[in-house]
Amino acid sequence: MSNSGEIWVIGEQRRGKLEEVSLELLSKGTALSQGVGVTLSSVLLGDEVEEVARELVFHGAEKVYLLEDARLRYYQSEAYTSLLAGVIKEHKPQIILIGATEIGKELAPKVAAKLGTGLTAHCIDLYVGEVDAAPHLIHVVPGWGGNLVMHIICPQKRPQVVTVKPGVLPKPVRDENKKGKIIRVKPDVRDQDFSRIETVGVVEEPPKGKALESADVVVCGGWGMNALGDFSKVQELADILGGAVAGTRPAMDKGWVDEARMIGQSGKTVSPGLFVSLGASGAMHYTTGFMGSKVVLAVDQNPQAPIFQMADIGVVGDLCEVLPCLIEELKKDRGG
Amino acid sequence: MELEILVCIKQVPHPDHFSEIRLDVSSGRIIREGVPAIINPLDRNALEEGLRVKEKFPGRVTVISMGPPQAQKALEEALAMGADRGILLCDMAFAGADTLATANTLFYAIRKLGKFDLIYCGNETMDSGTAQVGPQLAELLDIPQVSGVQEVTFGDEKILEVKRALEHGYMKVRVKLPALLCVTRDINRPRLPTVQSIMEVAQKEMIIWKAKDIGAPPESIGLKGSPTCAAGVYEHKTGRRREIMQGSIEEKVQRTVARLKELGAI
Repeated sequence: MSNSGEIWVIGEQRRGKLEEVSLELLSKGTALSQGVGVTLSSVLLGDEVEEVARELVFHGAEKVYLLEDARLRYYQSEAYTSLLAGVIKEHKPQIILIGATEIGKELAPKVAAKLGTGLTAHCIDLYVGEVDAAPHLIHVVPGWGGNLVMHIICPQKRPQVVTVKPGVLPKPVRDENKKGKIIRVKPDVRDQDFSRIETVGVVEEPPKGKALESADVVVCGGWGMNALGDFSKVQELADILGGAVAGTRPAMDKGWVDEARMIGQSGKTVSPGLFVSLGASGAMHYTTGFMGSKVVLAVDQNPQAPIFQMADIGVVGDLCEVLPCLIEELKKDRGG
Repeated sequence: MELEILVCIKQVPHPDHFSEIRLDVSSGRIIREGVPAIINPLDRNALEEGLRVKEKFPGRVTVISMGPPQAQKALEEALAMGADRGILLCDMAFAGADTLATANTLFYAIRKLGKFDLIYCGNETMDSGTAQVGPQLAELLDIPQVSGVQEVTFGDEKILEVKRALEHGYMKVRVKLPALLCVTRDINRPRLPTVQSIMEVAQKEMIIWKAKDIGAPPESIGLKGSPTCAAGVYEHKTGRRREIMQGSIEEKVQRTVARLKELGAI
């Protein structure tokens, strides 16, 4: 760690709207930059996105490097990579935080490889700690599906680059009174950056049903739902609780939920107020997907299932009996 | 159009056995003995895609892996699925590699192998799941790359139209060969080896290379070539209450609802 070199959060916008994870990173970045005593800045690429840059300021960025060009409207693989690498080389930040969105997961390794620097994926926490009596940024990552956690450091190369999945860090605080400087950087957008690869269109398919990412309650069904034949009771419970439906990988393989609603290491990470796990034994690659939840309720018929180690409240029993009973009880409760 | 196709694969512990992977607290070593290993699932999709392209145009499919000696099993399985030759990068000098050092190792091996038109990777592995090596490798090779690939259409003059996953929807990307594609499970259903193809494995070429064979500088591979390193491994403490509700089904459910209220969860 050093007291020179800014901490950067890469702002990701799509159609002029910031990805939530960029804001989540700003809240973590604020804490880190205050601890280290350096400036927290953000970089934003896009077309006519000054308003978006102001949002970054309202969420904690003291400076925003703004790169605008009509050809940067969508994420463009090589143009974004070379422009970002360029501003990084010029301003030499020491830490770069990137949201592990579908775009961020591609952009971060490209930029880090271009700079020949270190990159850590899917951190669940970041803090400054001592390793061998020297201060380092500790990148906390789940290993082997969350059974273990690893502390990763990047001792020499700078900047150190880190990605964090959406939904892992706390929700950010917006404050319109926050002040920050928007610094316009004229991007050198070159034809050659579009000649080998070019994004030619984006098709948005809004999720059906309640959005997973923002839900305060998530009800997740696993293989055990097979006993009930389908997922309708998962939906019913989610509706009563005002929550969103999700599934494990086996539930997705069954076709009960879309991939966009699969919880786990290779799927979505959620941190709701209440996470309800129904009929999932608790394989580690699943449980990493909801580790940050405030309260976890698990129902499964196997008393030995590892899911009960990961739960606050456990109900051992046949889902065919427990689930209708739970739905009735909650209905009564809500009604009266 | 004759295509040289490369598929990068990794042998990973079987995900159902992740909970058997333990930490020896005294030595700080990760114990994974007896845990069965498989080809990373998405790497099978990558191989299937390579095989389909080969069937569409003439070409050759090479499959490559960096790993311990037993990773040869994964390569043999890939040959049984239909790949033409296997390359195992196996050397203690490769050990302790982070994703950049892994990408470097693959880069030097590919430089030795010659030019490829298409390189396929699984989008991420089941074990560490970083999704980084593919994009890093492409950057080192200075070729275009796409992650999250769901569908590929071949156009004229070695130009591909790629459908690439977004959180809600997809992106259409036009890519010129040579290119590196990281594929998702949506792209295809991997084939199973046939008796015939399993019998052909012994006739196929399997090359095992060490660091000096690929001319990789020691400072760019393994632990030395890794900008990041582990500072410690810890067992994960969940901090959960682990309260198991007792009584009849009705009582368990009533207690659950009461407890959820006390905790402010509903």
